[in-house]
Amino acid sequence: MSTREVLIYSHFERFWHWTQMALIFTMLVTGFAIHGLHDWISFDRAVTLHTLAALALLGLWVLATFWLFTTGNWKHYLPTARGLGQVVRFYSYGIFLGERHPYRKAFWRKHNPLQAIAYLALKGVLFPLIWASGIAYLLYFAWGDNPGAAAWLQWVALVHTATAYAILAFVVMHVYMLTIGGSFAHHVTPMLTGFDKVELSPEEEAYLIQDEPSHIR
Amino acid sequence: MRTLLGIVLALALMPLTPAQARSNWPTPPIEGDAAAQVSGPLTGGSADHSKFKVLKGPFAAGPEVTRACLTCHTETGRHFMKNIHWTWDFTDPDSHQQLGKRHLVNNFCTNARGNEGMCAQCHAGYGWKDETFDFTNQDNIDCLVCHDHTGTYYKTPNSSGNKACAVMFEGLPAMNLVAIAQSVGLPQRANCGACHFNGGGGDNVKHGDLSSALKHPPRDLDVHMSPNGQNFSCTACHVTRDHVWAGSRYAIIAKDEVGAGRPGQRRDVATCESCHGMAPHQSGSVEHRKLNHHVASVACQTCHIPALARGGVATVVDWDWRTAGRTKDGEGFHESKYTQGNGEERYTYKSIKGTFTYGENVIPQYGWFDGQMRYTTVDTHFDIKQQPIPINAYEGSREDGRSRIWPFKRMRTWQPFDTGNGTLVYTHLWGDDTDAYWGNYDMGKAIAHGMKQFDLPYSGSWGFLETVSYWPITHMVAPKEGALGCRECHSKNGRLGQITGVYLPGRDRSRWLDLAGIFLVSGTLGGALAHGLLRRILRRKNRPEGSQS
Repeated sequence: MSTREVLIYSHFERFWHWTQMALIFTMLVTGFAIHGLHDWISFDRAVTLHTLAALALLGLWVLATFWLFTTGNWKHYLPTARGLGQVVRFYSYGIFLGERHPYRKAFWRKHNPLQAIAYLALKGVLFPLIWASGIAYLLYFAWGDNPGAAAWLQWVALVHTATAYAILAFVVMHVYMLTIGGSFAHHVTPMLTGFDKVELSPEEEAYLIQDEPSHIR
Repeated sequence: MRTLLGIVLALALMPLTPAQARSNWPTPPIEGDAAAQVSGPLTGGSADHSKFKVLKGPFAAGPEVTRACLTCHTETGRHFMKNIHWTWDFTDPDSHQQLGKRHLVNNFCTNARGNEGMCAQCHAGYGWKDETFDFTNQDNIDCLVCHDHTGTYYKTPNSSGNKACAVMFEGLPAMNLVAIAQSVGLPQRANCGACHFNGGGGDNVKHGDLSSALKHPPRDLDVHMSPNGQNFSCTACHVTRDHVWAGSRYAIIAKDEVGAGRPGQRRDVATCESCHGMAPHQSGSVEHRKLNHHVASVACQTCHIPALARGGVATVVDWDWRTAGRTKDGEGFHESKYTQGNGEERYTYKSIKGTFTYGENVIPQYGWFDGQMRYTTVDTHFDIKQQPIPINAYEGSREDGRSRIWPFKRMRTWQPFDTGNGTLVYTHLWGDDTDAYWGNYDMGKAIAHGMKQFDLPYSGSWGFLETVSYWPITHMVAPKEGALGCRECHSKNGRLGQITGVYLPGRDRSRWLDLAGIFLVSGTLGGALAHGLLRRILRRKNRPEGSQS
């Protein structure tokens, strides 16, 4: 086993991540403006930006889903209990003793078990909820004439808002995690350059050197 | 599935520049002859009335002019007698209530019935002073009040009132009926305005959105009527067929679902949609699409008439008859303690009418409205404990599919009523007799006279009743840059604070969800900060040999 700098975030994945970040940030700010929590932006502009960002994110999501399943990258998000206990123990205890993070990135497993579960919950629960409610909200004009539609809209809005709060909490946690086990820059750099330290088996290393020389350094 | 696909495609193809629609604001003024008002499909000008022999006169009185008019306009008298300006009578097709000026009690001067000698100055006819008026005599039609273009035509009461009131009509200049008759043309704003701007007994007293400011309105007061805008006369929207006008306060189309017709169609409505269509915001931007979705539930007037009684002319919002009848040295008097925006003073007290409170730039009251008004008429029995009694009440809801959110002027009045029977009353205000309130200041006698005259039951005891009336607002449409911003309604304590049946983003939210959400986010943030702080403190203590960071 050796630890090498390997390209683990492809161009598309980085584009996806940062575009998604910008769009989610836009939607959080404009969404909470529409909700009435602040008025840093006019209502009409907030609605316009929120809608356009949502449509852009929808498009991005179609691309990302396609990419995840055609490249096999979806496997990174499979939940596993193996090592989960150690990671949880580390964050809640070991970290305070100055222990090293127990997880080592592998070539086909770049997320630690807690991360994988968190991202899976985000992609599998929160995102679908906010999408479903958001699209229902956007298409209100098409179903608003049905009896009781206004009451339904209230539920749609409730789900949408609740999910938005959950996503905001995720973002807070996500950013905080970047400070754990190394500097903030240390964690952000791989999402900029694509390269991070990964433990490789001799076969993986040989394969990369032989067939993907630009993916390893 | 196809529709869904279409919707998604349409959304995906939306222009990305929401502000593009506003780049040409304010809309440029219409070039052209400022004097020529636009009268809808009619243009006039096919006859020069000064060339007609029959109009050379001389005319001793109005009916002689009418007779001359009818020699060419042979069918017009028959047409005219069907319209509400003549009949003052309207039977509601849904509620079957007997409405119209001839019957109703309002909460301004209360009733025209029995006071026609004064009130029928605004009847489009000659000589209606009591029940003997002949509604079948075409000579009694007043053509000139609507068609005069000299601006010199006027009317005086059809019967003499008390001398206290008669002074108002003394010393008026003599009219030149020949010149007036030869000047006729399509009605101008000032023609309609002679009565409609003065409803309730003075400039803009009644409606709030119809004032003398509309004779020559600046563009920001009314984009349609302004000479710097479209220069519409009233009939541009209140389109006319056979002297019957579209648009009625008694039978309102609160939600037009037909929209603009092809040429020659839709001569029956005066709705905004009949010109602007069902999707009036046209740029295709996200904002405009969203605004077009509002059309189903929000009347155009709600956003595009930001306030009523604009343009410097105040409206009466509160009228108190309880103070009427005070005299100085036995004589009635008046006070003018309100100076309105255009500098004119307005009566704040009149012995004959009581105390007035004015409003300018008034924010309307908003409510779901299906077009149907329910009136409290002179024969309606009400529970006097349920004050204020609505003289008219609007109905409607989000769920009925026919209603939209409309703006209203709310008028509040203390007015006389029959305390024994719990009904409104006809008061005998005008007349040269000992019962007429205007001159004698005895309300009891005026009510007894007014009720007896029409064989109405009267208990003999009267008092003052708090009433409200609601006037749908539809004029004084501002240019688009003057329309309400979203947050006027999409906010806490916004204009639509009282509107039920909708989820209104920015106004509505679950307090519990917000608390939980804020708790979750701040808890996460606090947890992270505590975790980080603990890490920092403990790491120093427990730093193992040679470990990094």
